[in-house]
Order: sequence, then structure tokens, then C-alpha cells
Amino acid sequence: MSGIIEQERYTCAIGALQSVVAIPKAVPILHSGPGCGTMIQGFFERSTGYAGGSTSPCTNFSEREVVFGGIQRLRQIITNTYKVLDTDLQVVLTGCTAGIVGDDVASLVEEFRGEGRPIVAVETPGFKCNNFEAHSLVVNAIIDQYVGLFHDQNPVRSEKNTVNLFASLPYQDPFWKGNLGEYKRLLEGFGLKVHVLFGPKSEGISEWKEIPRANFNVLVSPWYGQPIAEHLEERYGQPYTWFPHIPIGANESERFLRQVLNFAVEQGADIDEAVAVEFIRREREAYCQEIDNLAVFLLEFRYGLPNHVHILHDAGYVLGLSKFLLHEVGIIPKEQFIVDNTPEKFQEQIKAELKTASDKRDIPLIFEPDAGKAQDAIRELSHSGRGLIIGSGWDKELAKEKHDDFLSAAAPSPYRLVLTTNYAGFSGGLRVIEDIYGAVLATYR
Amino acid sequence: MSQVNLQVPDVAIREIRLNSITGFQGSAEELVQRSRCGLKDKNRSFSQCLGCSVSQAACMVILIQDAAVISHGPVGCSSCYHEYAFTYRVNSPLRGVEKPTQRKIFSTNLQETDTVYGGAQKLADGIREVHQRTRPNAVFVLTTCAAGIIGDDTESVCKEAELELQIPVVAIFCEGFRSKVWTTGFDASYHGIARKLIKPARKRRTDVINVINFWGSDIFSEWFAAFGVKPNYITPYSTVESLAWSSEAIATVQACPTLGSYLGAALEQEYGVPEIKAAPPYGVAQTDRWFRALGRTLHQEERAEELIAAKKAEYLPKIAALRQKLQRKTAFVTAGAGHGHALLSILSELGLQAKGAALFHHDPLYDNGSEESDLLAQRVKDYGDVPNFNICNKQEFELVNTLNRLRPDVLLARHGGMTLWGSKLGIPSLLIGDEHFSMGYEGILRYGERILETIENDEFVKNLAKHAVNPYTKWWLSQEPDTFLDGSPCE
Repeated sequence: MSGIIEQERYTCAIGALQSVVAIPKAVPILHSGPGCGTMIQGFFERSTGYAGGSTSPCTNFSEREVVFGGIQRLRQIITNTYKVLDTDLQVVLTGCTAGIVGDDVASLVEEFRGEGRPIVAVETPGFKCNNFEAHSLVVNAIIDQYVGLFHDQNPVRSEKNTVNLFASLPYQDPFWKGNLGEYKRLLEGFGLKVHVLFGPKSEGISEWKEIPRANFNVLVSPWYGQPIAEHLEERYGQPYTWFPHIPIGANESERFLRQVLNFAVEQGADIDEAVAVEFIRREREAYCQEIDNLAVFLLEFRYGLPNHVHILHDAGYVLGLSKFLLHEVGIIPKEQFIVDNTPEKFQEQIKAELKTASDKRDIPLIFEPDAGKAQDAIRELSHSGRGLIIGSGWDKELAKEKHDDFLSAAAPSPYRLVLTTNYAGFSGGLRVIEDIYGAVLATYR
Repeated sequence: MSQVNLQVPDVAIREIRLNSITGFQGSAEELVQRSRCGLKDKNRSFSQCLGCSVSQAACMVILIQDAAVISHGPVGCSSCYHEYAFTYRVNSPLRGVEKPTQRKIFSTNLQETDTVYGGAQKLADGIREVHQRTRPNAVFVLTTCAAGIIGDDTESVCKEAELELQIPVVAIFCEGFRSKVWTTGFDASYHGIARKLIKPARKRRTDVINVINFWGSDIFSEWFAAFGVKPNYITPYSTVESLAWSSEAIATVQACPTLGSYLGAALEQEYGVPEIKAAPPYGVAQTDRWFRALGRTLHQEERAEELIAAKKAEYLPKIAALRQKLQRKTAFVTAGAGHGHALLSILSELGLQAKGAALFHHDPLYDNGSEESDLLAQRVKDYGDVPNFNICNKQEFELVNTLNRLRPDVLLARHGGMTLWGSKLGIPSLLIGDEHFSMGYEGILRYGERILETIENDEFVKNLAKHAVNPYTKWWLSQEPDTFLDGSPCE
């Protein structure tokens, strides 16, 4: 877990600055060495948002700050940020330099907060954890240091039909914008009001302020983000319902919706169950019509289609895609690789979840943050038929070596543009199908 | 006099070695003059994310065909290197690499406990593992802020590994906090390469010239062929072996003097390869000088004159025709130091008026100490002064402010991200990544055609500007661009 790794598929703690960039009109302020922002920008690409990337203020630690500390420099940068940039929320993130030097950023930020500034501090030195974990640190810090200031106007659990949703990690999940939008659309189909908190479907900081009002929380994740749900339960007594992976296609989307529906009813939400069930039925029907129409192609296309897949992704996508491809597309998941550095305590439940995918086959599952090693393992494997690899840009070269089909669906990937596409939900399943077979058919010239 | 010292493990940073600066507001001529009398840097009381030495150091070693690279630090410090893997693959046809192999890039993935107990053992184990997994012909170890501050003895670890593994294991000291001039990262890699990889020449090869460059198009092969010589492109797409014998070339030329400054000087000083001091061939006047310098070095002065005459006969009339169309248009340039000076020369050649420039840093002189290599001085001499000359290490807020005031007809950029702001203001913006594209007489024409096309096809930027999101405050846009720049330059 802590050894040398090749081809990292995630970045360090300060990468969670992208969770700030994903909040409309919020700005990350980096108290870090000069390259941190550029590294994160380079990892995610096309990820500047409102005030990320080259716009983000940064103290750019030099030798002087390393020796004497950087608090004065940070004070100056924050003060002038208010003059130069028009932002609704400022989140100060520390890098390795500030972390090792031991600057007391929390106290400084508290001074600014005392002057009425909407500002938050989070410790995110790169050696602390990766961005999957740091996302929760950022969100919890905003809840504690910002949302907490507005309790008077936002009574705890005062809206029965409102939920906070925690699912895709901004930017680390290339489809985060589309996914969050689709979860929102689906749950609103029941009559719920959904705070997605990040991206264009969020109302920005006004939505964050209303987090306490929610009746309960929805967590869609194999492991990351769970500390947020735990924190809110502790802080506001909001219970949460936990779906273990991204639901892709009809089976899992329906299971997800029914789980949330049942939970909402248990929690006393004002929902007409018959309407909700009808909504799910209509969604499924529209999906099934497409699959019905497509089946002949999947079954009969004589020039070759992939029959098995290796996925290198985070745990949520490995679970979601494996189940979907097996049951709803007919591509058999062979060895699967989870490359998100899943903490050990979650690994057993993720394995158990994958076992539910099939009672007649065992899908080998390997947790391996060293994606270079995962690739080497795939190089040694051989299965009959045409293979498909789903992973990050790094895996395009692997697929070429193995003469497999390839779908870029994970960070980092310079080979694919994703804007607001979703892979979650019924429509997400259809889009995965389009993308896979689009790539396959493009090989015929 | 020379600051090249291969006896020590780390390179002296540019601020100390060359007296390079990252803060200045004035005119180009003023900057050139002050550069000769002890230029002083200015600090900023507001700043945005800079580039970092490690990325610059990394690109010069990751693209070596048969080496492996280890970033000694937390996993984030190598996050953007996948972009170089992409570059290597995509540009390989330009350098005749038919089967580009996967780049071998690792991180020692330092954790919190390593910052307490040190990461040296992890690095030592890591180097052996990388060797076993990839069998490289050399391993490069890039240091980071965390590794530097906790005080890991990277040099000793690499030395020991080198003895054991019998391949070069090169420590490159490029911690981001050490320098505000991120081109120091290039120097760091070159320093390691010159110390550990390059071998004393066995003979002098009169048919090979080193070209220190990035990964641009191969224009030098054709130019050199006229003189019966071939380019040895370094360091991208070179091999450990071809780098080792770069000491045998007859000369070294620079594609960008700020890039190759240190390696050019090291090759001359330590290995006896003369560096052609003439600044790279951008603009007619400088292209004349460059070909003549090349001819002198190769003792083929007449050949050089023939070539200059033939190329001028072919291209000057075309450039003149293009100039008619671009006459009196205004331009603003934002780029790294060397290439920014080049673009300023070219736009004058094309009849455009330079309204100003924002360049990322300034080296008063390069490591060779020669005024001949100073592209900005040549530019001022050949075409006159440039007003609104701003040195800012990619401080976007200053650029936005300046562009908003000057509103040029076109923004010419090199380095990602900056064209966005031209476009948001409705200014047609052009970025050419390939630094060889605008070289030579033919390059002026090529570049001019792209400028014309950019100015003519402005529908996209005009539309973009209508709906552009702007996070900068009205207050800031009404201040002078150097509001946050303090200190005083030498008088």
C-alpha cells in the first residue's frame, strides 16, 4: 500500500482542491509549493472551472517560507484574493511544504472568518492521504467551518423530502457532472429535493448552507465519501442509506431507486409510493426498448465483438461496470483491478459485493494501486475471444499491445473528452454501450 | 566565470547562477539595458499557482527512449507525467521512433511516516524494484519538496544503487520551492545528464550537430543536410547511448536558448563541443546570422551564403505579400522567455505592431555569457523597442488586466492556458506548441499564415466572449497591472 507505485490513477491529498473547484463560485487557495496546482491541473486536464488551475491563488513556497514559515505570506495572499477575485467561498488547502514546516493555518483562517469571511482551512499535505480520502476532509471542513455558521436559518432535518447526495468525486470520476445530474433527476422523479452540492446542477453555496435541513443522506460509493455521511449523522443526526457502487443500467439503477425509496418512506418523507414505482417502471421500460432493439446486433454481429473485459478503475466503477456488462450486455468480466488504494477495512465488503454479481461464476478481483503491476498482470493473462479493456489513458497502450478493444473511462486520460456525459442510471448504461461499441465499430475501416 | 560545476550533485538555481528574475514591468529596451547592470527582481504581494521545476526536469528525462523515472515524493508530485507519456507516443513519428514504448514512470509514494523517519530506504528499495521490473538503461530520480525538506540523502542512495546495478542512477535535484524560475528544472536534469551520462569523446564526429530541444518537428535534418551534417536531437527521443556520445558532435545549437543554456555550456566546457552562440533563427535578420554562424563552425561559409540567398529568393517575396495583409495589426505575446523573444521578432517581420508582452522570466545572459545568444537584445536591435513589457511567471491576473487594457488584434501565446483569456475578451488567440514551426525564413511565412487565419476566423472567440465567465473583480481590472509588484529595479 505504501510502496513505490507506477502509473498512479489518483493524485495526492491536495488533489481534493478539485472538490472546491466543483462548487460554483468557490476558490481554492493553495498554501503550498509552486507546482502543486499545476500538477493537479495536469492530472485532470480541462479542470479549471471558475477559479481553479492558473487562476487559483497560491503562496508558492520558496526557501524563505520553508525556513521562516509561510503564515505572513498566506495572510497577504488571502487579503489580496478578496481584492482580485470575486468568489463566494474560499478554501485554503495546505501542501507538503506547509505541512512539514507546521504553519498554523487554522488560526489564521479563523481570524478572517471572524471578520465575516466565508473561508475554510483544510490540511491536505500530499503525504497524508490520496485525493479519494481528502475529498471527505474538504467536505467535512466546509461543513464544520462554513455550513455550521448558518444553523439559525437552516433547522436540522426540517425538510422531510430533502436529501444530500454524496456520490461521484468531482474530476476523479470523469463523468461526475453527468452522474450527479442524473442521480438528481432520478430522485426528483420521486418527489425528493436533492442537494448534489457540486457542479452545474448544484445551487452553489446556498445549497451548502441548507445541508442541515435534509431529512437524510444518500451515499453512493464503495468506500470514499463515507466519512462525510458518518460526520453528518453524528453532527445533525441525519441517517444515511448507502448504495455500494455506481448503478449502471437497469438492474442496479432500479435496485438503487428502490433502496432510496424504501429508506425515504421509513424516514417519513412525503412520497406517493405508487407514483414513485410508476416512475421507475417508465424509466426501465424506455431502457428495455433500446436493449430489445440492440439485442440482434449484440447476438449476431458476425465480424467480431468483445466477449470479455478487464477493468482498471476505482472500486465503484469496477463493481458497477462488472455487474452491468455481465448481465445487461453479455461481456464477461474476467480479472478486475481496483486501483484506487482502497483502505483494507473496506476490501472484504467490496469483494462480497462483487460475489453478488453471479452465483455461477467467480470474478477474480485484485486490489492494486500500482497500476503498472496491474498492467503486467493483464499482460500475462490470456482468454479466448476478443478482449476489452476499460481504464485510463495509460491502458490504451496496453490494449494496443494485446490487440484488445479499449474504452477510456478513468482518470487520467488525455485520449478522451468528457463534458456532461453520465454513466450512472438507466441512460448511463445505454451510454456505456454506445461508447464500447462505438469504439469497436471504429476499428472497422 | 562559468557557473557549470559538475563536481557537486545539485545545480545552482537560475536566480543565483544567472541572476534571472520573474518580476518586471517596463519596456524591452529598458530590460535589456538593466540586464547588463545588475538586474534586481521584484516580489508580488498577490500570486497564483506557478509552474514547478520538477515538471520541466521530468520532461527532459521521461522522453529519453530507454530510461525509467522515479519521482521521490508523495504521489501527487508525478501526477501530470502521464501527459509526457502521451507526448512521447503522439510525437514519435516526428523523430522516426516507429514503436514508441510505454513510459516507465514511478513514485516512491511517500507517506506521513516517511516524513518522520525518512524515505531513503524506500527510495533504495524502489530503485531496485524499478530496475527489476523495467530493465532500463538508466534510472533518473527526481527530488520533490517533501523529500528535500525531510533531508533524504538522495545522492548517496543513487550512488550506491549505481554501483550495485551497473547502470547510471542519476539524482536530479529539482525541488519546487528552491526556485521561482521553473526553467531551473531543465538545468537540473541537464546537470545530472552531464555528470552521469555523457562520456568523454572517443573521437570528433564532423557529421553530427547536437540540437537541444523539446519535441518539435524535424526541420534541422533538411537544413543540416545542405552542409552534409545530421542533427542529434537531445534529450527527448534520444537514447542513453546517443546521449553519452553527444560529446563527439562537432557543435551544439539551441532550439531555445533558455531551455538548453546549461547543457550547451556544459558540453562546451566539460566535453569540448563548441556551442553555436548565435541565437536561434527566428526572423530574417537572426536567420541570416544563424546560418552564417553555422557555416563558420562547419567551415562552409560559402555554402551558408548560397543557402541564405536561395531561401530568401524563395520566401521573401511571399513574406512581403503576407505583410501587406497583416500591416498595422497589433499583437500581444505571452510565452516563456526564449520563445517569447522569438515571437516578437517574427511579428515585426510580418508588419504587426507589438503592443506588449508578458514573458515568464528573464535571464540577463545565458550560461555561455554571450550577448550573441540574447534573443531579446537582438530583437530590440533589429526591430526596435517593445512597450508594456512584463515579466511575470504565469501570473494570470496580470495578463488579464493587461490584455483588457491593450486589446490587441491578436494574442500570440506559447504555454497552455493563456489563450483562454484572450478569447474570453474576444481577442483572436493563437498558440503554436511546436517551437520549430516558426523557425527560418519559411517559418515566418508559416507562422504569418496562421496569424492571418486566426484573425480572420474570429467568430468563435467573439461568441465565446459574449458568454464568458470572469472571476476577476471590477476593482482589479481598473488597477495598474503592476499594482502588486513591489521592490525597485537597479537604476
